[in-house]
Amino acid sequence: MKPNENLDPLIIGGKTYSSRLLVGTGKYKDFAETRAAVEASGAQIVTVAIRRTNIGQDSNQPSLLEVLPPTRFTILPNTAGCYSADDAVRTLKLARELLDGHNLVKLEVLGDKETLFPNMSETLKAAEALVKDGFKVMVYCSDDPIAAKQLEEIGCVVVMPLASLIGSGMGILNPWNLQIIIANAKVPVLVDAGVGTASDAAIAMELGCDGVLMSTAIAAAQNPVMMAGAMKKAVEAGRAAFLAGRMPKKIYQASPSSPTGDLIGK
Amino acid sequence: MIELSINGQKQRFETGTNIAQLIDAMALTGKRIAIERNGEIVPRSRHAETWLANGDRLEIVVAVGGG
Repeated sequence: MKPNENLDPLIIGGKTYSSRLLVGTGKYKDFAETRAAVEASGAQIVTVAIRRTNIGQDSNQPSLLEVLPPTRFTILPNTAGCYSADDAVRTLKLARELLDGHNLVKLEVLGDKETLFPNMSETLKAAEALVKDGFKVMVYCSDDPIAAKQLEEIGCVVVMPLASLIGSGMGILNPWNLQIIIANAKVPVLVDAGVGTASDAAIAMELGCDGVLMSTAIAAAQNPVMMAGAMKKAVEAGRAAFLAGRMPKKIYQASPSSPTGDLIGK
Repeated sequence: MIELSINGQKQRFETGTNIAQLIDAMALTGKRIAIERNGEIVPRSRHAETWLANGDRLEIVVAVGGG
């Protein structure tokens, strides 16, 4: 099977996407760099945060949604910085109003300011309330297969286990747990958080993840736009390798690729 | 006069101000914002008919860069 975007789409909440890379929009030096990095990544879904408007600030400044218009990108509002189910639900209700009823959202409820580990009991509580209220919930979670399954059963449209901690760039620390989550999931599984460089994204895709969501790995690179392009290729390459099916590993008795007979001088 | 808490800051407005007038006074008309009043969303379609009362707590939010 050829990994053609028409044959191999990512379907989220009933909508079809050809890109399997989702990117954040924070930590860039300016909006021009944000836009250039998003373009280079090929991402069709971009995350945004919801924050209080700066009272008294020059209101003629361009806004993020003018740089990344919702007509062109699927805007995925997140609940970054929320430490309770109530705050997360309030934030996403504001996001839905802000985005004219758009109901695809990224839920994350954090448990600890030092590590940014998710608080899974609050995450489950918020997921339940949001699904009941008609939201399509993409949910950031720990790499715990039971929690991932519970979130799917609640009705989340995508489960997004961490590869390692948010902003750590430590890569995929527990590929075995991710494989169990992927094997048991009936909804798309995206790796969210922890990717540091292109090979991490490729490994996530080779494991069978349906996509990767990343932010700091691109924004904190020395050249964010170049890294965005590298991540695009890595996700595509990893997906193609997964679909192609890798060769089995052999410790020895490897067979050479060239013929073993008809050597000269025999 | 009424005293409102807007994004955690106390501000005074004329008695008989609605949310549309408040947005105008803050130079936010036409901007992509969302408003919560005392914990409840006030939909855009109801800004002009939602009258503010002394002690109201308002949150006015925008989308910003985030991961």
